Amino acid sequence: MNNFQYSRATDVADAIRLLAADPGAKLIAGGTNLIDLMKENVERPSRLIDISRLPLRDIEETADGGLRIGALVPNSDLAYHPLVEQRYPLLAAAILAGASAQLRNMASVGGNLMQRTRCAYFYDTATPCNKREPGSGCSAIDGLNRNHAILGTSASCIATNPSDMSVALVALGALVHIAGPSGQRTIALTDFHRLPEDKPHVDTNLGTGEIIAAVELPKHGFARNYSYLKIRDRLSYAFALVSVAAALELDGNAISEARLALGGVAHKPWRSLEAEAALRGRAATSDHFSRAADLLLHGATARAHNRFKIELARRAIARTLIQAASATPQSQAHKKIA
Amino acid sequence: MKAYVGTPTSRVDGRAKVTGAAKYAGEFPADGLLHGFVVESTIPRGRIARLDASDALQVKGVVDVLTHAHRPPLADNDDAWKDEVAPEKGSPFRPLYDDRIRFNGQPIALVVADDWETAKFAATRVRVEYDREAFATDLESEHGKAGKVDRPHKPRGDAAAALAGAAVRHQADYVLPTEHHNPMELYATTVVRDGSGRLTVHDKTQGVQNVHKYLCGVFNKRPDDLRVVSPYVGGAFGSGLRPQYQVVLAVLAALELKRSVRVVLTRQQMYGLGYRPMTIERVALGAKPDGTLDAVTHEATAVTSRYEDFSRNDTGWAEQLYKSPNSLFSHKLVDLDVSTPCDMRAPGAASGVCALECAMDELAVALKLDPIELRLKCYSDRDQSEDLPYTSKQLRECYARGAEAFGWSRRNPAPRSMRNGKELVGWGMATGVWEALQMPVAVRIVLTSNGHAEVSCAASDIGTGTYTIVAQVAADALGLPIENIDVKLADSTLPQAPVEGGSWMAASAAHAVLGAAEDIRQELARLAKAIPASPLGGVDAPDVILVDGAIAKAGDKARAVSIADAMRHGKLERIEKQKLNHFAEDRSHARNTHSAVFAEVKVDEELGVIRVTRVVSAVAAGRILNTKTGRSQIMGGVVWGIGMALHEETVMDHRFGRIMNANIAEYHIPVNADVHDIDVIFVDEPDDRINQLGVKGIGEIGIVGVPAAIANAVYHATGKRIRRFPITLDKLLD
Repeated sequence: MNNFQYSRATDVADAIRLLAADPGAKLIAGGTNLIDLMKENVERPSRLIDISRLPLRDIEETADGGLRIGALVPNSDLAYHPLVEQRYPLLAAAILAGASAQLRNMASVGGNLMQRTRCAYFYDTATPCNKREPGSGCSAIDGLNRNHAILGTSASCIATNPSDMSVALVALGALVHIAGPSGQRTIALTDFHRLPEDKPHVDTNLGTGEIIAAVELPKHGFARNYSYLKIRDRLSYAFALVSVAAALELDGNAISEARLALGGVAHKPWRSLEAEAALRGRAATSDHFSRAADLLLHGATARAHNRFKIELARRAIARTLIQAASATPQSQAHKKIA
Repeated sequence: MKAYVGTPTSRVDGRAKVTGAAKYAGEFPADGLLHGFVVESTIPRGRIARLDASDALQVKGVVDVLTHAHRPPLADNDDAWKDEVAPEKGSPFRPLYDDRIRFNGQPIALVVADDWETAKFAATRVRVEYDREAFATDLESEHGKAGKVDRPHKPRGDAAAALAGAAVRHQADYVLPTEHHNPMELYATTVVRDGSGRLTVHDKTQGVQNVHKYLCGVFNKRPDDLRVVSPYVGGAFGSGLRPQYQVVLAVLAALELKRSVRVVLTRQQMYGLGYRPMTIERVALGAKPDGTLDAVTHEATAVTSRYEDFSRNDTGWAEQLYKSPNSLFSHKLVDLDVSTPCDMRAPGAASGVCALECAMDELAVALKLDPIELRLKCYSDRDQSEDLPYTSKQLRECYARGAEAFGWSRRNPAPRSMRNGKELVGWGMATGVWEALQMPVAVRIVLTSNGHAEVSCAASDIGTGTYTIVAQVAADALGLPIENIDVKLADSTLPQAPVEGGSWMAASAAHAVLGAAEDIRQELARLAKAIPASPLGGVDAPDVILVDGAIAKAGDKARAVSIADAMRHGKLERIEKQKLNHFAEDRSHARNTHSAVFAEVKVDEELGVIRVTRVVSAVAAGRILNTKTGRSQIMGGVVWGIGMALHEETVMDHRFGRIMNANIAEYHIPVNADVHDIDVIFVDEPDDRINQLGVKGIGEIGIVGVPAAIANAVYHATGKRIRRFPITLDKLLD
């Protein structure tokens, strides 16, 4: 771990000022990922700007019936918030599928969006990694890539985004409210995370000096027909090999609205409008689910050790859609897959 | 008064542990304590061309940076570096000895600072340049370079010919990956230096006297110059049998700087210590159609370092378990640019029996026999390697009791025949076997006239419950309540004990206690009879027992003298007796523990997700001294067996020769969600031949057979035979 300066931001504007003043600075809230990375010398911030006391901890209803979630709301508070449990159980399920109770208590919503890949080479400073050290090369492409991406990869990076929460948020069409030196802006969460392309060291489209203020959920919560299914190497406390967020609006057995997103397969939560469109107006049948899976996985490519992910994702998508359609969402407490 | 031996006695050290009163090696305070942080190599092989610590030394709070070029003297001969459990062949690793890099993660410098954080930061400022050399770390690509190890197992008959002529044959390779130790407590040493320069070394170890002798040799010290203590150990499982490098570094710094020093390794750094070596186990079985065996061959090929030959008995277990007129065993090693492997719970057996028991399951399928029936057909009442009977062997009873508890008779033998909704259900079983060893251990008992006894011994309690069983045996033998027994362990100045390992400490320490207690009984009998008008007058010494804090006539407790009275009349405040245990020399019988393990798995048919929903482990291990800690020990072994079957694997990138999952986020062990019902059955196994108490030890037997039972259950559920461990879900997807 390197030595660093510590500043406590007094308000959002102060945090933005502090960020602008020190290009090597990093924001810290719960620190559940940043501190680990600092211990491994992967992150070496010159300054930590503590934003944990900023007034961004509210969960409030918006005028159009949605929910605005402050960036500092702890993951566990969000998962167990009555409005989230009632209206956005997909989000609650995804959060509870991740990490451990202790980590969820510390981790913030904004921090969760900012968490970095678990690629082993990214963590090991003795090996090349374009994400950690631009231009040094990608060790995973021809190395140990069992956990790596099958979609949206580039010649310089095949890392995945490890977040569960983001997968549900993307499926739910969440927005991200961003504050920065030039004011406020709002973008769709699907546009928040980037694909690696030739700049894998840049995870998100958050600009220099910008800070996440809140995440906003639209009104439609898919509280009846949803499921979050996370497939991993042990039954809890492991990152996803593949995870699926599925949300349906059913009219009888006909799908009137569909949302589908994948985790563990790409540099960002993976959503395909084509796959969702292919479900809309169709009957909730396994044929249509398979077709959606094909579309969602269109273009998937495997490396030496992660070929299984393509078939695993295909099957997991189908299963999650069945769970959602039958209103038997995957329990996060009981590990038997419904 | 009640007897404690054989009862579910709670841990006598439990309160100290849960309240934090129990101090571990990295927790002992000292005035002016310095903290060392290890700098590790980032290449697997070569030389240190340049090591520049100047930037590190400029960090405020840094006191020194020790390297091979800047350190006090270290012994220059292998004898000094060979601890009591070092491999016979080889030259033990010497930390900071020279510029040679022998494995990735090798310590190459120790940054010493006023606090740990400063040392850790300054460690990032140590600049190292290497002369790199070609290296190899992959067992499978280097398989052809394997060299043979001498094993004690003699071939019997002509296994090759018998195999070729067998009616039914099964041969396969089973691949067990490298697995690393992850005890809860990190490896740590606190060296406390007193004014006269003497060192008290608080070390995480399974053997304080082993470390003591080693340090005296390595640093050319007299025995009185240092003392090694390790009263509590937060798990070790074999990783602490040999002295680990942090103890050398901490003493090195304490000697150089004439200060007290603490070195705590990080979890990541512990992946540079020993491990269960990756092993390719080739098992071939030939059988007659009725299931009797014609031939068994078992060939293991395992990883070792280039500087030491580490090997354990992977292959000989069929000699104990399965009757066959022909057998052939071999063990080979491949030297790689890695650190030396070490013991890990049931070393050899956990891997070798896993392969053997998977192979037996495959043979049972080929023979269309029930797996238990096959094992009973081949059941061996003798250890075939020496053609000896057993002191006791209730393995048949293990099969019967385990099968009954599990409900084995309701098993449909056809794979994929049992299901529950979307899950395939699989039932598998396997046999476990381990040794029942006993080693020289001495115990000192000091009985005071108030009826309290201090029982002391250098043996460690690595979390297994040694404190408790020693207290139980002493309480029974001295006729005192367990609250009156104070057990002192793990101090190199206490009576002799070997490392705590191999499942030998329970029997060994218990009988040392019995020996010392017997001397105390004789002394008390003499004193009691010497009292004027003693109620024990005329009673022969052998008829005198210790019970309820008194010296009494056996069978007539009314004739008794209290310990206090006897000692007062004898004008003794304390009676001190020290005794080395004694076991009758008996090479006429084999000594083993056994188990039958039954596992139920539920496998999601489409997704391959495996849940181990039930395990029944029926264990025959002589008398169980403490059924509560004993049950916990077996459960712990089962949990670890689940990990071996499904989770544990050290993953190395052989292009870099680096372990890529050196942390417990990515190196998976079972979590609570992976562990369901575990039923432990201790089968009654009286054994009056093995030792006075009939004790065998249960440290290892709990894990043996578990991975195979689960793998066999996965086959039964899915029809897929996974021979490369761990069984991850990708291996079940077509």
